[in-house]
Amino acid sequence: MTYIIIIISAIFVNNIVLNQFLGICPFLGVSKKIPTAIGMSGAVLFVLTLAVLVTWLIQHYVLDALGLQFLQTITFILVIAALVQMVEIILKKVSPSLFQALGIFLPLITTNCAVLGVAILTIQKDFNLLEGIVFAMSNAIGFGLALVIFSGIREHLDLMEVPKGMRGIPIALISAGILALAFMGFSNLV
Amino acid sequence: MNNLTNFTKGLIKENPVFVLLLGMCPTLGVTTSALNGLGMGLATTFVLVMSNLSVSLIKNVIPDKVRIPSFIVVIASFVTVVELVMQAYLPALFDQLGLFIPLIVVNCIVLGRAEAFASKNSIGASAIDGLGMGLGFAFALTLLGATREVLGSGAVFGLKFIQGDGMLVFVLAPGAFIALGYLIAMINRLKKA
Repeated sequence: MTYIIIIISAIFVNNIVLNQFLGICPFLGVSKKIPTAIGMSGAVLFVLTLAVLVTWLIQHYVLDALGLQFLQTITFILVIAALVQMVEIILKKVSPSLFQALGIFLPLITTNCAVLGVAILTIQKDFNLLEGIVFAMSNAIGFGLALVIFSGIREHLDLMEVPKGMRGIPIALISAGILALAFMGFSNLV
Repeated sequence: MNNLTNFTKGLIKENPVFVLLLGMCPTLGVTTSALNGLGMGLATTFVLVMSNLSVSLIKNVIPDKVRIPSFIVVIASFVTVVELVMQAYLPALFDQLGLFIPLIVVNCIVLGRAEAFASKNSIGASAIDGLGMGLGFAFALTLLGATREVLGSGAVFGLKFIQGDGMLVFVLAPGAFIALGYLIAMINRLKKA
């Protein structure tokens, strides 16, 4: 039951982009076309899950064990940066086709605050390892859902007559606001 | 380029939020009130000035290939300083800003200025550039926070001057996107005029 609550709350109720404001840069940056949005979501799902797995182990077996909790921020960001780099190298060797699909998005993910944010949130919420991984995956799915819906909206916006001053980012932000309003319908669900 | 233009470009012409569209996560996430926006802005300013200063100091020692990881370590150290100081002396603000304090590390402005400016310029110019950019960021966050606070609860910095409840939606998440969208549209309009 806890797992179902974690999944629903992470995807719909506390959506990482529309409610928590994490990962806004890729949300605005790579949402112009649906295929790129799907590619980015896949890369985030992959890295986020791995990152939470690794940072959870480090927090519990290194930082907590040695009483070094204040080094959390530095350690986590370095681990994530190294992890992204490593995933890139391994993918290139093992699965060139997957690398082709996700390759260009991987470097962008280091500076995606969703990854560091979810890693820290998992520790703050005191999840065990399995709950943490489920939490990470559902957040990544929530991110993908918001990103794909939003890119669909933006593809349509390109064809609309928008007042000059509102073109580009302003109208995109306002559509995101309306999308966030729609997601507010899910509040109190859990 | 002299120091004055280094300082003022961050405030208006290259404002990190309204013009460069960097650092959107804290911009939208913490600006539920003017005070939160200002607190976040000043914390980021401190990190920006100190990291620009340090990066400029050590720019000749760092090998080119590992410069980005080195910059990130420098930035993360100063973020940890802010985190610990704020937790000790401003616990109320620390609770309000929450997750977004450690997330200053991944704020694109900080790494962006280290890479684009501090790694190429003198120590003094880098510090001034950091201060200008930081204050521009703080200004944008305070403006957005004040806008949301006025529309949402009829107050600025907690001082209520409009009676009634206001539009609650502007304090909630969707209001952040909508308020920022209109602010940027207005600034685009003003720039053309």
